[in-house]
Amino acid sequence: MGDPGWVKPIPMGNNDRTMNVIVCVKQIPDPATPGALDSGTNTLKRDGKLILDESDSYGVEMALQLVDAAGGGEVSLVSMAPNGEVSGMRTALAMGAAKGVLVSDPALQGSDALTTAKILAGAIGKLGGADLIIAATESSDGYTGTVPEMMAEVLGLPSVTFAKRVVIEGGVLHADRQTEEGYDEVNTPLPALISVTAGVVEPRYPSFKGIMAAKSKPIETVTAADLGIAPVGFAGAGQEIVTVTQAEARAAGEIVEDDGEGFAKIVAYLENLKVI
Amino acid sequence: MTNVWVFAQEAAGAPTTGTLELLTKARSLGTVTAFVGGDASAIAGALGEYGATKVYATGDLGGKLPGVAVSAAMKAVIDGGDSPDVILFPQNYEGRDVVSRLSVKLDRTVLTNNVDITVDGGSVTATTPIFGGNTLVTTKFAGAAPYLAAFRPKSFAAESAGGGAPEVVAAPVPELGATGAATVTAVHVEETTGPKLDEANIVVSGGRGLGEADKYAMVEELAKLLRGAPGASRAIVDAGWVPYSYQVGQTGKVVKPGVYIAAGISGATQHMVGMKGAKNIIAINKDKEAPIFGIADLGIVGDVHKVLPKLIEALQARG
Repeated sequence: MGDPGWVKPIPMGNNDRTMNVIVCVKQIPDPATPGALDSGTNTLKRDGKLILDESDSYGVEMALQLVDAAGGGEVSLVSMAPNGEVSGMRTALAMGAAKGVLVSDPALQGSDALTTAKILAGAIGKLGGADLIIAATESSDGYTGTVPEMMAEVLGLPSVTFAKRVVIEGGVLHADRQTEEGYDEVNTPLPALISVTAGVVEPRYPSFKGIMAAKSKPIETVTAADLGIAPVGFAGAGQEIVTVTQAEARAAGEIVEDDGEGFAKIVAYLENLKVI
Repeated sequence: MTNVWVFAQEAAGAPTTGTLELLTKARSLGTVTAFVGGDASAIAGALGEYGATKVYATGDLGGKLPGVAVSAAMKAVIDGGDSPDVILFPQNYEGRDVVSRLSVKLDRTVLTNNVDITVDGGSVTATTPIFGGNTLVTTKFAGAAPYLAAFRPKSFAAESAGGGAPEVVAAPVPELGATGAATVTAVHVEETTGPKLDEANIVVSGGRGLGEADKYAMVEELAKLLRGAPGASRAIVDAGWVPYSYQVGQTGKVVKPGVYIAAGISGATQHMVGMKGAKNIIAINKDKEAPIFGIADLGIVGDVHKVLPKLIEALQARG
């Protein structure tokens, strides 16, 4: 069963006024280019240049603000990529993060969400833990939306997912957590893990100085084996892709230029459907 | 016989629509058990009517978050000897949290964003749309059960089975230790008037093309006139114009209304995933190359600031 005995215990929240935060960041293919599957493995192609997932810029910004508010501490990054890519991590370092651990290993290709969570938790352990772990609610390319909560379970931490407002006072984190009906106010002691929604804060643009400084900030690259995690990738995945098929395309309908009477077309269409 | 569990949720004293959809699918796969995080007395009858023959209920969660509490209660039942072959979850906030925690506890993977599931002997496969729905991936669970799968809303049609009252069994939440330290201190229900976004027959959504936050009022007005629900693209939710609960798309709500009106929405893949199941799609956008026109039944290439006021006026005139 899932006894994560290989994970280092997370130190309890610091009693001094500093705050260390680890942000999980994903480096993804540029969403502006169409996605494609590798025809051999049926996994998402992630072999070219990777960029920082925009969803993660909110977590990085929140971490920087929380460290500022605490009066000291630092923001570190963990990431996983099969091809050693660090350009997305450099963007987060340029925003102000201090250092990072990248787990990169060709063997990671085909890893499922659970393996990903174990790997990232292992990287967090490698950094010695933190007062707070921050992730986005889901990535923009794989979007399983399960990895943050899985990491919390692997690390034995309380969690607040889908947080849209976060403040820390007296060692207690207060968050507004999105729900189906509205939102819940949730308190949790630190250390804890949170996932933050897009728009929770306004991410800063890296300054020129930040970009230059990021070039010399340390990123330690380790393999899954270094973290003592096996099996990973296709071998560790509890799933196997069977078929990939094209869905039935939706046919385009009538497209008209508005000549001032476009609204009447809509009224007629709605009348025809008997909804008005 | 396949032993299927469904993570069942309640809203305002009734099972959620998503719960009824999953129960309907579950009973085509085998015997159905519903697992409720909370007190099941108000909804057990309805769960039975839709096919559950047994209901596990944790009882009041006492402010614990469902992810950590319900997954621990499920693990306790499984360790106690009632181990399901498959557990179906809704792809929503609570569903994702519970399935994620349980995935680690059981050391079993989870397949997410599914729209279908097939059980053939011991082989269980799930179907997931990717790239905005133009490609379908079928994935088989490897290794030993239980298999964990999360489904997008509206993947199945909810139909009553006319079933009787189920057996209700207590499944208390065990001691959670440090993981249970987060506590809900207040619950806020955002007031909505009119039908719910994911249940409305007509949805009117606005996007960046509206230009500024104030113009969203036109979308709300049109939705109200059509007795529909207002929705939004991720762009204007991220911009803070409307709450996240309005968001239609991959990272928001999936809607399948009779009519979907997209106003000033270009049609990013992430948005189209959430609305392309609508029976009729009407799009208004000034860019005739906008991807939304590729799936629209009626497309008006024009300025939303001109088309919407006239449309609203015409509908008001009809009374």
